[in-house]
Amino acid sequence: MLFQIISWILQILIIVVPVIAAVAFFTLAERKILASIQRRRGPAVVGIWGIAQAGADGVKLLIKETILPSNANIIIFVLAPIIGFLLSILGWAVIPFGEGLVLSDLNVGMLYLFAVSSLGVYGVVCSGWASNSKYAFLGALRSTAQMVSYEVSIGLIMINVLLCVGSLNLSDIVLAQESIWFVFPLFPVFFMFFISALAETNRAPFDLPEAEAELVAGFNVEYSAMGFALFFLGEYTNILIMCALLSIMFLGGWLPLIDIFPLSWIPGPFWFGLKMAFFCFAFIWVRASYPRYRYDQLMRLGWKVLLPLSLAWVLLTAGILVAFDWCPVL
Amino acid sequence: MNIEVLLFYIFGSLALVSGGLVVSARNPMHSILFLVLVFCNSAGLLLLLETEFLAMLFLIVYVGAIAILFLFVVMMLNIRVTELKESILRYIPIGGLVLIIFFIEVISILNGDLVPFFSVSNLSLANKAFLYQPDLSLIVWSNNIAPVTNIEAIGELLFTYYFYAFLMASLILLVAMIGAILLTMRKQYNVRRQEVFDQTFNNFNTSVRLVK
Repeated sequence: MLFQIISWILQILIIVVPVIAAVAFFTLAERKILASIQRRRGPAVVGIWGIAQAGADGVKLLIKETILPSNANIIIFVLAPIIGFLLSILGWAVIPFGEGLVLSDLNVGMLYLFAVSSLGVYGVVCSGWASNSKYAFLGALRSTAQMVSYEVSIGLIMINVLLCVGSLNLSDIVLAQESIWFVFPLFPVFFMFFISALAETNRAPFDLPEAEAELVAGFNVEYSAMGFALFFLGEYTNILIMCALLSIMFLGGWLPLIDIFPLSWIPGPFWFGLKMAFFCFAFIWVRASYPRYRYDQLMRLGWKVLLPLSLAWVLLTAGILVAFDWCPVL
Repeated sequence: MNIEVLLFYIFGSLALVSGGLVVSARNPMHSILFLVLVFCNSAGLLLLLETEFLAMLFLIVYVGAIAILFLFVVMMLNIRVTELKESILRYIPIGGLVLIIFFIEVISILNGDLVPFFSVSNLSLANKAFLYQPDLSLIVWSNNIAPVTNIEAIGELLFTYYFYAFLMASLILLVAMIGAILLTMRKQYNVRRQEVFDQTFNNFNTSVRLVK
């Protein structure tokens, strides 16, 4: 019994610690890549080529003074970033890194991820309300409405992939792409999911609720030090989960490019990491390239453009699969 | 004590306590957050019943959509924190009557015939041997021969034998949506809206002109 508990804790640590390290380096990568796109250098002072910048940021946030606003609901104020970060980390329990390399092989893995991202809204809305500040409140409401709207189209797009696979198990989704990755038959769906993932994680060009110049940085304006660090960590972990989900659902997870001799000897987790890195780069690339959407344009995009399109694509996929009798049997 | 029994007690008691706190919290935001806790614990109880699909659906639909709807209403409508001016004794007559009715209902459902002599165990024989569990339990053989996931089971029944119920439910949701739109939408004649199609397909040559 004790051995089992220790083995569980070790498994969890093997996933969580690299994820947090990945988040730290992702913040650094974002600044460096944004800088390269803008023809400058980014942080280059702290370590060799600025590698220790993430560590320096972490230490700075740790030793800052934590300010608790007066008249704020202290319990909810403190709990909100904890909930946000906790839920993002919880999503990593079902991500398969390789054949059988998954912490919890749930048969409803996709629903679990969807539930975790639905619950992630609570971190935002509780923080905005508990800050007892008009700007934080408005920013939180905007961000919540945005996340809820784009979750609808994310769900419908997930259904497209699930129709082609026949199971909600994430490992089954990867294994169903052994003949062809889903990015080829479902290419428009892939683009729609990318856009919805950008909007779901409050990421540019949909970052109006939390940009520094708009509404004074939105729902995390009253948070200093560790609260802000937890929000930051939670948001970037969400981005990493979306990248992982994109590579699992569309790019074949841990499957190699072609299953022939030199490429199939490279271990699966390496391919998974490569595909995730490509999507992280794409997220940062999009941030540097496009101007921000105004809030009404953002909501119009979610409800009047992406929702009907993804709904129509579900009908198209279901129709084709039923008409040609290509429904998967598992 | 079995871990499942322990988890049942934890989830059940947390759900009951949170339910009590929903109605007795002073701040309406706290009420809703306790309601979220009730839903989460109910999802945990559903997981113990091996209906993982329903548990996830509870989290997605109830916690992720309905409770957020309540949150929006409470936050935007500026409901004041109510002072408990009336004593709780005012509620005893009607509340006690409702309590007795519910109690009678629960007791009438309990039936001694439904409680098996030995516990039903869904573990495979190999797992039971590994965990040193004595083989006195009822073995559900169909799980060993043809395991069916929760979603397949629900789908096989819902879309074949009970499809009327499914279509009725979707029509009720449609009616609710149309009703909400009808009640709140007012025709506004002098509101200027964004015409995105005209904005994006505007011809540059005819929109800007250089005046010397």
